[in-house]
Amino acid sequence: MWDTIFPYLLSGISVGGQYALIAIGYTMVYGILRLINFAHGDVFMVAGIMMVYIVAAGVPLWVAIPLVLILTALVGFLIERVAYKPLRSAPRMSVMISAIGVSYTLQNLVLYITGGLNKQYPTIPWISETIVLGTAKTKLVTVITPVLVIVLVVALVMLINKTKIGMAMRAVSKDFETSQLMGIKINQVISATFVIGSFLAGVGSVLYFTNYTTVIQTSGAMPGLKAFVAAVFGGIGSIPGAVIGAFIIGIMENIIKGLDVILFKSGLIDKPVGLATFSDAFTFALLIIILVVKPTGLFGESAADKV
Amino acid sequence: MKSKQSKRPFIITWVVVAVIYLAVFIAEQKLPATSMLFTVLKKGATYALVAVSMNLLNGFTGIFSLGQAGFMLVGAYVYGIFTIPVELRAQVYQYYDGGLVQFTVPVVLAMIMAGLAAAFFAFLIGLPVLRLKSDYLAIATLGFAEIVRAIFQWNNLGPLTNGSNMLRLFPNFNDFNLRDADGNVTVYLSTLIPFIISGVCIFLIVLLIRSNYGRAFKAIRDDEVAAEAMGINLAHHKQLAFCISSFFAGVGGAMLAMYQTTVQAKSFTTAMTYEILLIVVIGGIGSVTGSVISSFLFVACSEWWLRFLDEKQMIGDFEVPFLRNGFRLVVFSVIIMIVVLFFRRGIMGDKELWDLGSGAKKQERRAAK
Repeated sequence: MWDTIFPYLLSGISVGGQYALIAIGYTMVYGILRLINFAHGDVFMVAGIMMVYIVAAGVPLWVAIPLVLILTALVGFLIERVAYKPLRSAPRMSVMISAIGVSYTLQNLVLYITGGLNKQYPTIPWISETIVLGTAKTKLVTVITPVLVIVLVVALVMLINKTKIGMAMRAVSKDFETSQLMGIKINQVISATFVIGSFLAGVGSVLYFTNYTTVIQTSGAMPGLKAFVAAVFGGIGSIPGAVIGAFIIGIMENIIKGLDVILFKSGLIDKPVGLATFSDAFTFALLIIILVVKPTGLFGESAADKV
Repeated sequence: MKSKQSKRPFIITWVVVAVIYLAVFIAEQKLPATSMLFTVLKKGATYALVAVSMNLLNGFTGIFSLGQAGFMLVGAYVYGIFTIPVELRAQVYQYYDGGLVQFTVPVVLAMIMAGLAAAFFAFLIGLPVLRLKSDYLAIATLGFAEIVRAIFQWNNLGPLTNGSNMLRLFPNFNDFNLRDADGNVTVYLSTLIPFIISGVCIFLIVLLIRSNYGRAFKAIRDDEVAAEAMGINLAHHKQLAFCISSFFAGVGGAMLAMYQTTVQAKSFTTAMTYEILLIVVIGGIGSVTGSVISSFLFVACSEWWLRFLDEKQMIGDFEVPFLRNGFRLVVFSVIIMIVVLFFRRGIMGDKELWDLGSGAKKQERRAAK
């Protein structure tokens, strides 16, 4: 029984960690701007595509990886400046529509550049090595992901709790206008949020595409949505919440992918019922349930509605 | 106040609509049926209905829903399932012994069933989801659309939905053409019929918007708390708007099925919802006329007018750079971003065709100030 579940659990933890890195970007932006950054999943995909092209141009990997991370952060910064900043005083719906527009634009741009073909992600030596853990054969990246996620999250929490910019972020997410009156440069704080979020999405993309090996213009959409669900599940605005939510969703999703096999081997069903179809749907069902039962998520603060 | 309103703008609107229908009918008889114009008109009419139905929700009731593709999927499947001719079912449902349903219903009835099925799904999903606000609601409805997509692809529902295989061979727009005994087309109706279906549905939506219910919807959009204080039952009205909008999205889905001649669950993605949302935005959130105009513009641009951007063009000996497959979509997205960022009111703002020229809206606004 355990032997059947273990490989799914393992890949669940790995995917969960990758979702976590994307989810942090969602949760931070939402915390400050109250905006679902629909383009975030596409930033993640763009990071993948940039990696493909930069490596293809002959840049060695040890330069390419940091370069991609920096460029991804830059993409996030530019998106905020071009598409969200002009709408700062507009209704929230306009900003959300702008985010959808950016997502559409990025996807079409990548479609144009790649010609709509699957691009092979470069193999990153060390982390794509195959290792054997008990009964499961997997890539080293599976093991590295959760460790890296924890390290990055600890660093991020330190940044938010101990540094000046972190304090500014906390202030802005509590009260936008008052913090502006207190002399916090809102635009800098928001840019910093986008840079950090995109940087982490870039790290996530390196790990994710090492596992899945191909990139196409739509490959950011699903992980993006799932990471968002994870952020909501954990309580939007809360970084530890987003990480825990992402791990739960990653694991559940992979267990459901393997549920047919697991149930079959344990003798509960005598023929496959095709439950794997629901691995994506499950995430969203979970979202609807959590929104109805506890809209603030696992760790979210409840905000009183002012009339 | 009402008695003062002149009837003239409405008469002009009716005349404009009648002229358009007549032009479509004549063009269809005269031009070759393969002309790109008809593809655009058919798809445009379909999208117009869906966009207006989304506008009813997003623009008039202020419910930001992103579930449109899901409801269209339900509509398209219900239409397909109940109209495939019995003798062809074995061919379509080849992996499922001809499928479960072994009867067909008339096309019109099937379309109404498509709408009702979508409305029923909307009712169920509305119970929990409509309690949410703005972006949470958006993401929950978006998630719902994904769930529906997964359910319809589930192998165990294969006898009904044909699993992940496509439904096909059901009546499509071309079957509306009148033919003589030899099978030659005598009167072309394949473009006029979608216009009529979509026209009737949009007319019903306009009537709804101008009714008491419509005013209640707008009140909810403008200020929920104030609306509730005025005695509008929020839950009831939101549910109503959600179901009605989904009904028409379902009918639109059935029309899309007819246009495409095949239906497959995996094509009803979030991207489709986004497209429709962008149409609504370009047309102007809160304007039915705007949604209709922008649907046709959107479809015409993406299917026809910008096509040249996807092929190599030579000006003399000079090859225009950047032109290759996909460039059309890039240009297109840039245009959309410009509209979203700088022309936030879209083509029509919140005006309608019958508001133009009459100055009625202007006076209203002055009075409001």
